[in-house]
Amino acid sequence: MELQAVLMAAGGGSRMTDLTYNTPKPMLPVGNKPLMWYPLNLLERVGFEEVIVITTKEVQKMMATDPKMKIDVKMKLDVVCIQEDGDMGTADALRHIQQKIKTDVLVVSCDLITDVALHEVVDLFRAHNATLAMLMSNAHEFTETVPGQKGKKKTAEQRDFVGVDQSGKRLLFMANEADLEDGLSIRKSIMRKHPRMHIKTGLVDAHLYCLKKAVVDFLADNKSISSIRGELVPYLVRKQFSKTTNSPKIKDDAENQNQKTNDNFTYSNQRDNTILQPQQYEPLLQLAQERSCWNDHRGDMSEAYHGGKLRCYVHIIDQGLCCRVNTLAAYIEANRLAPKLFEEPAVHPSAVISERCQMGSDSIIGALCQVADKTSIKRSTLGNSTTVKEKVKVTNSIIMHGVTIEEGCNIQGSVICSNAVIGRGADLKYCLVGNGQRIEPEGEVHSHKHTK
Amino acid sequence: MADSGVTDEPGTKDDVHRAKTEGKELSKEEKQRLRKEKKQQKKNKEKKDEKASHESEKKKNKEEKPVSAAAPASQPPTQPSTQKAPSAVPAPAPVPVPVSETPALADKPAKTKADLKAERRARQEAERASKQAATSKPKAPPNELQPVVKRLPEHVQVDNPGVLKKLAKKLERQQTPGCNAATNAKIPLRLDYGYKVSLFSHLHQYSRKAPLTQQLSIPSTVIHPAIVRLGLQYSQGIVAGSNARSVALLHAFKQVIRDYTTPPNEELSRDLVNKLKPYISFLSQCRPLSASMGNAIKYIKKEISNIPSQCKEEEAKRKLLSCIDCYIDEKIILAAKAIAKSSIEKISNGDVILVYGCSSLVNHILCEAFEKNIKFRVIVVDSRPRLEGREALRRLVQRGISCTYVLISAVSYILPEVSKVFLGAHALLANGYVMSRVGTSQIALVAKAFNVPVLVCCETYKFCERVQTDSFVSNELDDPDDLIVTRKGKTQLEHWQDVPSLGLLNLVYDVTPPDFVDLVITDLGMIPCTSVPVVLRVKNVDQ
Repeated sequence: MELQAVLMAAGGGSRMTDLTYNTPKPMLPVGNKPLMWYPLNLLERVGFEEVIVITTKEVQKMMATDPKMKIDVKMKLDVVCIQEDGDMGTADALRHIQQKIKTDVLVVSCDLITDVALHEVVDLFRAHNATLAMLMSNAHEFTETVPGQKGKKKTAEQRDFVGVDQSGKRLLFMANEADLEDGLSIRKSIMRKHPRMHIKTGLVDAHLYCLKKAVVDFLADNKSISSIRGELVPYLVRKQFSKTTNSPKIKDDAENQNQKTNDNFTYSNQRDNTILQPQQYEPLLQLAQERSCWNDHRGDMSEAYHGGKLRCYVHIIDQGLCCRVNTLAAYIEANRLAPKLFEEPAVHPSAVISERCQMGSDSIIGALCQVADKTSIKRSTLGNSTTVKEKVKVTNSIIMHGVTIEEGCNIQGSVICSNAVIGRGADLKYCLVGNGQRIEPEGEVHSHKHTK
Repeated sequence: MADSGVTDEPGTKDDVHRAKTEGKELSKEEKQRLRKEKKQQKKNKEKKDEKASHESEKKKNKEEKPVSAAAPASQPPTQPSTQKAPSAVPAPAPVPVPVSETPALADKPAKTKADLKAERRARQEAERASKQAATSKPKAPPNELQPVVKRLPEHVQVDNPGVLKKLAKKLERQQTPGCNAATNAKIPLRLDYGYKVSLFSHLHQYSRKAPLTQQLSIPSTVIHPAIVRLGLQYSQGIVAGSNARSVALLHAFKQVIRDYTTPPNEELSRDLVNKLKPYISFLSQCRPLSASMGNAIKYIKKEISNIPSQCKEEEAKRKLLSCIDCYIDEKIILAAKAIAKSSIEKISNGDVILVYGCSSLVNHILCEAFEKNIKFRVIVVDSRPRLEGREALRRLVQRGISCTYVLISAVSYILPEVSKVFLGAHALLANGYVMSRVGTSQIALVAKAFNVPVLVCCETYKFCERVQTDSFVSNELDDPDDLIVTRKGKTQLEHWQDVPSLGLLNLVYDVTPPDFVDLVITDLGMIPCTSVPVVLRVKNVDQ
């Protein structure tokens, strides 16, 4: 077996609590499919047959009942439940299932919607015998107005600084703005080995990682690392260039780098030098590399990869869809783009739509919907079992399952969660209506989050 | 002639004897005809009675015989060849007749000579007419006149759609037995890319941006992951160079053997070879196999087949792994040491040595010579698009050898300074030609013009039984996009595919005739280029 897939579906959706306080994030409907269906579909399409799904009990229950998950997902899902409130990071979860991991792992986050050719990431991992290979994409600005936000307020996103080498494949540097207090400091050893580095800030991390088995074993020994993205990946990227022979030097490195978790790292650095190095460095592989006339860089006197055994690679995609649904804006964007990935009919065959309904071509109607006359649905998504009465105008909105919209409503740019009831004649603009809420008839709500 | 027709049996012998003296072609045809008839007789043993009756009819009617169906087939070819000896034309005629008629001979006492002659001529005419009426048998004439044509390997018949279809079918059939039989997993077929120059349209041309892994499932189950990794490294050029590729191949095979388990009711010696076949097809699609790899594969297959059936699996695996280690030690590592030892005798103080590209063996020799404190300097010649010389330069300078670096366009300018040329080889062909990186034959030619000795260093495991006199017949086409270069932000050839009359050719190998090579240094000693078939013969006898 070459790779084992692990799907991280235990996240809480901390940045979109309005949507997730009732429905757990992995089961949020995007284009009328649960969010976690998209990464599972990606894995299934490339040929995986088994996936280990790390999730909570609640999600597991919902998965069992959801029709899409039961029918469409043909892979074998090995569901591992963890405590919801245990505050487990992704690395902790990986440590939890260490016994199940027998080969290299491909870790995917449940909120990733992409159509990337996965073989590009895995090829980097295979060809260069890398320890880490990840996927990133050039982010696009979200153009939709986010409901509930008064005015066009730009969220204070913490930027990621990603340094890649000349070929754009080798990952040299990764840090989050939050960790860099004084400024960006790059070690001289990196500059000596890679004099040309491109530092990019507009990249979105897709949270898709190929990790060697040795890394999982390393995690088992180093219990201080709790998040893959926040701690493990920057650590591995730094470790590529650390001197493994001199232990005092390692202390200095740790001090220079991450001032927060200083103590933990110094301890682990000294011990893990043996763990992260590939154990039996096959003499034949060494011989083949010596005899091969290939080098990944030129201009200096060192051999391929500068003799480093730990290598991190990144594949950056420019075109194609790659979005992570972890904020409300991303959720809305995903709802618009995700249906374009698949060639499915916009209108579910079981939906009842009257003839006098004006439906735009980029709207999605879910199963068992009922749409009455003189309605206009443009650029919107209607969930399963929603009822839309007459003379309703729905534009640019996301309507989840089981919603009832009475006559004469005008809904624009809003997100209406499951089982909500919109009273007659209501006028909603850029709103977020929470689960099971009721909007009174003739209510006018603008840019407001109507939740419990 | 008339005398020979008296009795049929002695006539046969006389005819054959005369045919032998008259010409070789005749005798060969006659021999083949006789063989065919004997086969026919063996087949129709049951029908001997019918035969006898048919023969009696034949004797009387001189009509076409169903029995000696071989006779009419063999008769027409003899006709054109025997134009010069018309007397011999009727001679073959009685040959099939008497052979088949010998049992019936007793029944037929002597007939008059004239009658026999007339019968024969009538029969001849009837057969000629029947042959013209019936569709000609194209098989018979070429088979008899020419030796058997060797089957061309399919990787040099890319422009033949029939061969491509056959290859696709072969890949489909080569599923790894056992696993995923239900999903019908098969080795994908890699498609060619771009316009191919017409002289080389019979070769594959792949693009590096379309790897074969695109069509494989990601946790690759059809092909062992070590082989997928190896294929990727080949196609991306991470493992390049004849020795490196062979070592990496054997390393991957070791992993395959370690992970192998014999399925029930199967023998390791047969099943493992079948398991390796789809892997080899996969690798050859990633990058065409080199001669050294081919020899290594042959060796492994032989070792696997020679495993006795009562050997237990663990022991067999251990034996195979040690065989592989042994092979690498002997043929690559020790051979390099032996070659270095012989070559150092040829390097003297004050030498200026020219090397081309990056040959692991030549680099090793030069480093060893430097260790022995011989004072020499090196000129490294390089060529686009691979620019492998830069890596050679790095390795030599790292050791402390003083080097000069030129491109191949400057070879004739620096050759007056050079005292020796050391070249590495990808393979040594059976007719003494050296197959090496493209540009080698040019260097050898220029060196010959300047009377500079050219020494080729090559291990014996790269000796190949192929024969080639030009670089067209069998070569490798690399990715044409490698030739595209960006200078000052402008890429002139960016849209080369849109220009219909433009083709980019990126050759990898060329062959150097043995006249330009003065010495070949192998682990068996220093031999002239023409002794390669001797070495091959000795190797085959040893094995």
